[in-house]
Amino acid sequence: MLRNEETRSSRQFLSGNEAAAEGVRLCRPQVIAAYPITPQTTLTEKLSQVVADGAFPCKYLLVESEHSAMAGVMGAAMMGSRVFTATSSQGLLYMCEMLSYASGSRFPIVLANANRGTATPWSIFGDHRDSVAMRDSGWIQFYVESGQEALDTIIQAYRIAEHPEVSTPVMVNIDGFTLTHTYDPVSVPDQETVDAFLPPLKTTNRLSLENPKNLCFNIGPDFHMESRYQEQKAFRSAEKVIAQADGEFTALFGRQHHGMVERYRCEDAEYVLAVMGSVAGTTRVVVDKLRAEGKKVGLIKVRCLRPFPSAFFAASGGSCKALGVLDRNISFGYEGALYTETKAALYRPGATVRTLGFIAGLGGRDISKADLELMYEKLENLAAGKPEEEHQYIGLRWS
Amino acid sequence: MKEIRWHGRGGNGAFTAARLLGLAASIYGGRHAQAFPSFGPERRGAPVLGFTRIDDSVIVDHSQVADCDCVVVLDDTLIDVVDVLRGLKADGAMVVNSGKTESEFRKRPGFAGIKNLVILDGTGIALDILGAPIVNTVMLGAAAAAAGVVDIADAEKAVEALMPEPLAEKNKQAMRVAYDKVRAVRE
Repeated sequence: MLRNEETRSSRQFLSGNEAAAEGVRLCRPQVIAAYPITPQTTLTEKLSQVVADGAFPCKYLLVESEHSAMAGVMGAAMMGSRVFTATSSQGLLYMCEMLSYASGSRFPIVLANANRGTATPWSIFGDHRDSVAMRDSGWIQFYVESGQEALDTIIQAYRIAEHPEVSTPVMVNIDGFTLTHTYDPVSVPDQETVDAFLPPLKTTNRLSLENPKNLCFNIGPDFHMESRYQEQKAFRSAEKVIAQADGEFTALFGRQHHGMVERYRCEDAEYVLAVMGSVAGTTRVVVDKLRAEGKKVGLIKVRCLRPFPSAFFAASGGSCKALGVLDRNISFGYEGALYTETKAALYRPGATVRTLGFIAGLGGRDISKADLELMYEKLENLAAGKPEEEHQYIGLRWS
Repeated sequence: MKEIRWHGRGGNGAFTAARLLGLAASIYGGRHAQAFPSFGPERRGAPVLGFTRIDDSVIVDHSQVADCDCVVVLDDTLIDVVDVLRGLKADGAMVVNSGKTESEFRKRPGFAGIKNLVILDGTGIALDILGAPIVNTVMLGAAAAAAGVVDIADAEKAVEALMPEPLAEKNKQAMRVAYDKVRAVRE
């Protein structure tokens, strides 16, 4: 059934943090634990306000650290509660130890991370080094492009995390400042529609006197591999569940976010750029401009780093002559993480697409439309056989 | 797309002005808008920036604003500190809060050739009506008149939405005085 979002939602001028907080409010978590850290501060500030105002029944725990925030929501998740926390950068790193406890215990926790560079040199500005460093924590990872997508993805995240075949925590990554502190018109859905999409959490993965069980346990070599295999299976199930959740979300809310990965103007595209996060929006503008000039360019927006849409890349190709991958992170001693993942997914007998890895936008450096045009130009050069180094830094002031 | 840059000092509401304009143009004007501050830490008194983008279609561009259709300077002491003319389009509007005259400004390097230059004693209006030298709503009124960036009635609705009474009423009044003053000079 299609509902008219115009009549059932309100249009508000919100920052990315405020939009994400609205998404959380509509999901009605029963416990929120958080420690304030820039630039997610206003997200948790707004949530503490709505909880204090009694908007929905919720226990808000102002804890002494991010490590405790994750431990706190895990404790509540053990009792079958829907929970939420948010952090950023060093806060996420400080939470690191608890992240794998949460994922291995299969708690459907949702965490919003305001993406920010990591120390040192210390920086409060945005890049993806914090969450990319947590790639193997066993959490599903989304990267969003706008405040609207942040709100919508948080609602989708609970649906995905709480699906019995997934039962895995989800991290929603929101570009620090570029999204968290930017105001946009956001369509805020009504509670009834969100309730129809997201029923209350029912889980057997909880402590109960009627059905006693052990959670967060340790296991020896006789079962450890099997436990890890179950986690991997959950991520495989998540691929299907993410697509389903997005489909149902679109039917109810009238907005589509394309599951794990989106193609934008890729039909017949010869030069394609793959990106994550808010730069996807700027890239759309550049693609539209270059298309108007007759250039066959396209955009791939990678929404999930885990599960990684490897089948998508393995099946892509066709008209594509050169694929560029833009990373707002760098794994020292190699290259950007998304580039590594993408190349691995492309690698198969007979693969012909040529690739370039671009590093840009580290520590809050602006990625301009001219920067993106330059990347497409380099892809065209590569396809034409002109020399282009495989790894390139765009917007670097000196080397 | 219209792109507006606001220059202020930390604490004098440059970003609030950017946000009021975005709110007015999008929620009350039925268009699309984006507003963001200069990212990072802010200190009281330090030079800060605010940005507003306004368009008829959804704004997905998340790069920094480079070229401006309108620049608004809330504090004229900034002119010696930061390059307020950077990126101003040839037909763009420059709106400055200052007690100096337009002819004095025209003698400054770069100001002589500005086609759409508005100098307004916003601080005078603010002290008069608000009783405090806070000029963001005053300069929003001036920008609405000088560059047509927003309908003044929509700007008034945004002030009502963002400020409690009686602050909203006074700010609406101050904004309207600035708007009428700039309009009178124009006509």
